[in-house]
Amino acid sequence: MNETGPLRIACAAGFSGDRTDAAEPLVRELRARGDGGFLVFETLAERTLALAQLARRIDPGAGFEPLLRDMLRPVLKECVESGIRIIGNFGAANPRAAGQAVVALARELGVRVPRVAIVSGDDLLQSNLLHKVSSTGGEQDQGEVVSANAYIGARAIAGALREGADVVVCGRIADPSLVVGPAIAHFGLSEDDLDMLAAATMTGHLLECGAQVTGGYFADGVDKHVPDLDRVGYPIAELWPDGRCVISKPPDTGGRIDRHTVIEQLLYEVHDPAAYVTPDVVADLSRVSVKELGANVVEVAGFRGQQRPATLKVNICRARGWLAEGEISYAGPTAESRARLAADILRKRLPGLAPLRVDLIGVASVFGDDGNDYLARLAPGDARDLRLRVAAFHRERSQATLLAREVTALYTCGPAGGGGIRTAVTQRLSTHACFIPREEVAELFSFLEAKP
Amino acid sequence: MTRLVNVPLYRVAHGRTGDKGNRSNISVIAWNPEVWSALQEQVTVEAVARQFAHRRPAKVTRYLLPQLCAMNFVIDEVLDGGVNDALNLDSHGKTLSYHLLDMNIALPEELAKRYAREN
Repeated sequence: MNETGPLRIACAAGFSGDRTDAAEPLVRELRARGDGGFLVFETLAERTLALAQLARRIDPGAGFEPLLRDMLRPVLKECVESGIRIIGNFGAANPRAAGQAVVALARELGVRVPRVAIVSGDDLLQSNLLHKVSSTGGEQDQGEVVSANAYIGARAIAGALREGADVVVCGRIADPSLVVGPAIAHFGLSEDDLDMLAAATMTGHLLECGAQVTGGYFADGVDKHVPDLDRVGYPIAELWPDGRCVISKPPDTGGRIDRHTVIEQLLYEVHDPAAYVTPDVVADLSRVSVKELGANVVEVAGFRGQQRPATLKVNICRARGWLAEGEISYAGPTAESRARLAADILRKRLPGLAPLRVDLIGVASVFGDDGNDYLARLAPGDARDLRLRVAAFHRERSQATLLAREVTALYTCGPAGGGGIRTAVTQRLSTHACFIPREEVAELFSFLEAKP
Repeated sequence: MTRLVNVPLYRVAHGRTGDKGNRSNISVIAWNPEVWSALQEQVTVEAVARQFAHRRPAKVTRYLLPQLCAMNFVIDEVLDGGVNDALNLDSHGKTLSYHLLDMNIALPEELAKRYAREN
């Protein structure tokens, strides 16, 4: 069952928090181009999974992507009826519950209940494998472990698809595996088809951030022009048997695909381009060609693959403590002097939270360092509209909260004319990267039994 | 002797930041192959390390993809711990691409005319 036509695959979400209305034009275009096709959703950043784990502790039915129903409702019926298969890591910390939500949604929409496969093996707490990792990071962070997940690859996804899954629900996987799984199933790839595995991996990499390859996160309002970002089209990839990847988007959508938008996404989160490490392969993109085939159609070719590593990357999250933030605005004449004075007052009031990070939003903020070196090098000026922000971390919530209290007290104790105070105390989760030998982790899939 | 003129890098190239832990990667992609040799010569590891000095990076590495007129900088220990540890509003360091693109490069006057902003 090795296909000679291209693998056609679209991405409707690049992260948890992405737009939820991108799928319809993608599904329409996939259908227009032919039979089959795949639709993927990438919604799991490093921290998202730990937060999902915490949600699951409070409610055993929670812990999957909260916007799952919003994402699938517009297209589930059409996908099931036209044979477009859906794969996502929206299972997060509770893939089983996510799968059940998909089944419930299908019933609500009056469509045949899809065959839903659940991928497992990534959750090392669940499989009691924490003692097998290379290092747990416990020396630096005494906080309790909230989640420990291995980045598993495409094998289980491919297996589930070959056995007829309509929807594959994953927890933590390597993001490109969302495409490598379908590629293995579509082309009948073996573990030794390294160059094709690399091409599939990098196709996944180009797709996995949604609009970031189709003109999103590109425009500058001056010379980098992208039309109609309010209706930016999300990407569709065609991966050919010779390893060429062609990126396009649905017609009548906004956005821009050219060598510039594609190269920005190609190199995003890449370190050494000759060795992009994933659980499925080590991809070499250092010698690829990028060719514009037409308006908003770009081909990338020349990916090479090396043997995958013997270990899987693991992400361990711990509850580390609390981030406290407080902000207050000053405007008009002497605004900057007043803001700097307020910062001095707060430093003196909060010796237990030193060193406070100080930002003068509008003058010096996101480029600055936590040690305030950047700010210290700036001569005081005459900014007339700025927002003072102070931030600190503490293991104990009650200590962190002192910052919020002191910023609030500036309403009567601080410099003149300050307004718009906002404060926040949020839980800090640390992440620690380590490794586990591949053979310790069983990457499995199982089908949800739909109740009659 | 060709006169050299300073042009801000963002007029000549574009790029994007990615993060993993305490490590940032920033691509620098030429708008046109005609500026590639100037980028190679001037947007160096040393120049980028200077631009980010206040963040005290442990190491700066540059990878070249000449066939794409693109380079990829990997800057280690530059994010005050990274997304979960830094106190920065932008703890991912996503905004840092524009800090790198704020550097000046010197171009021959004829070439600079095509890129410098008319004020």
